[in-house]
Amino acid sequence: MSQTHPIQWVRGQHTRVPYAVYQNQDVLEQEQKRVYEGPTWNYLCLEAEIPEPGSYRTTFVGRAPIVVARDTDGEIYAFENRCSHRGALICLEKAGTAKDFQCVYHAWTYDLQGSLKGVAFEAGLNGAGGMPPSFCKEDHSPRKLRIATFCGLVFGSFSDEVDGIEDYLGPEICARIERVLHKPVEVIGRFTQALPNNWKLYFENVKDSYHASLLHLFFTTFRLNRLSQRGAVIVSESGGHHVSYSMVDAPQAEAGKQYQEQGLRSDQEGYKLADPTLLAGFKEYEDGITLQILSVFPGFVLQQIQNCLAIRQVLPRGVEKTDLNWTYLGYADDTPEQRDVRLKQANLIGPAGFVSMEDGAVGGFVQRGIAAAGEDQAVIEMGGDSTSSSPSRVTEASVRGFWKLYRRLMDI
Amino acid sequence: MDTVSLREKIAAFQAAYIRCIDRNELENWPDFFLPQCQYTVTTADNHRAGLAAGLIWASNRAMLQDRISALRHANIYERHSYRHIVGLPFIVDSQAQTASSETPFMVARIMHDGETSLYCTGIYHDVYNTSANTLRLKSRIVVCDSSRIDTLMAIPL
Repeated sequence: MSQTHPIQWVRGQHTRVPYAVYQNQDVLEQEQKRVYEGPTWNYLCLEAEIPEPGSYRTTFVGRAPIVVARDTDGEIYAFENRCSHRGALICLEKAGTAKDFQCVYHAWTYDLQGSLKGVAFEAGLNGAGGMPPSFCKEDHSPRKLRIATFCGLVFGSFSDEVDGIEDYLGPEICARIERVLHKPVEVIGRFTQALPNNWKLYFENVKDSYHASLLHLFFTTFRLNRLSQRGAVIVSESGGHHVSYSMVDAPQAEAGKQYQEQGLRSDQEGYKLADPTLLAGFKEYEDGITLQILSVFPGFVLQQIQNCLAIRQVLPRGVEKTDLNWTYLGYADDTPEQRDVRLKQANLIGPAGFVSMEDGAVGGFVQRGIAAAGEDQAVIEMGGDSTSSSPSRVTEASVRGFWKLYRRLMDI
Repeated sequence: MDTVSLREKIAAFQAAYIRCIDRNELENWPDFFLPQCQYTVTTADNHRAGLAAGLIWASNRAMLQDRISALRHANIYERHSYRHIVGLPFIVDSQAQTASSETPFMVARIMHDGETSLYCTGIYHDVYNTSANTLRLKSRIVVCDSSRIDTLMAIPL
């Protein structure tokens, strides 16, 4: 038990999570050091978003502001967006192109790799003032991140010890990313969804294959994700990453009966779309998988729901505040018709999404529900205590897997 | 009616539109659109960058009806209502059969527990069919000023 946050965990198993872990400011600060700046790879942006030398974007690793830029050598670099002088943001824009970056406060200048190159009035004026001769610019660059790219995704890490990206992801996660990002993509929209809850509640929701058919009526009614469909949950060896996928079979009368017998709210009959083409996509993956939700610890999600492709970046903004950054994708070689299908199916996702609407809200329901939970704990026992892959999606194995890696990094 | 200016017609249309939503008469909301229409809710950043995706993206009136039936029968969300305040329409263009305008709006959201907040501000970029007595929208692009959107967008803007 760490002394910095005396939250009681049940030792050696992952079926209980103390609610305090979603409520505690000390935990958030430890997470910045141990999770986000620990031996993890954090999603920064797409290579396609910084295509040219000088292209840059700003983002975050946890709560640390980051600049990610492509230098004139064609390589990608990232550094903390914090001036070495007084700590002001170096770059204020979301994205753009630049030859270098200049802090607005006192005009200290950084190159595209984040190295300090210029200090205004370094030699003083008319022989007076200026920095002492002992000041060495090379010793005063912002913290730089290691960069790894995989399938057009750019990841950054503050850690020198983190595994290479492919080892970090593991072969099964790599294969499932490659499956979707096997050719160049284009951004077709970006939205930030402000979640009223701790970041972990959202990331757990992504990994929770148990809730999908129960919370989301839209899915089940249109047979997008019945638990009785063929599919599985893959949990990486570390526990931190997961894939949940399903493929639609011919309507299964038997499976439908199982739901009806349980009388679940999520299987109301008679709900029809006036425009059924919402779900009439086109087949673009040979394996027949119509839904694949993939997460990479600590805050990356790659989503394929039929032809609707998106990246979600989960970023803490406070104990009870999270930004969910959506990047909606198409393939660069989409026909106009294919692109329209993606735009249409994007109605499933985001804050107004027929499916994602509830995911954005349940975290807040938990956050408010646990206001007086004290030392009580959540029960995460569906499918036992395993944190391994499962042919059944009626399991919380991938949620437990998250806690397995989280607790290892947090040393709790 | 002939003496009613286009600006007055559009202002009356906007008043009826927000009244429909704010009174929770959402089943009537699709009727403000033509059967072949575009309704998109997006952000100023996306709009400026020419990125086509929307938070809501409907390319016909049936999809708007589906929005409402999903709200009524499928989606789970906490009870809430909007109060729209619209500004004066600016007529961008006016032809024999069509007119386009920009109208700023603010929306307060009132949650079931009474919590009231400024939910969204933005501009309606509209294209109307003006050939009939009653205006109908060919296209409404709802451009939200902020790119950070509250977690719940159930009721349309």
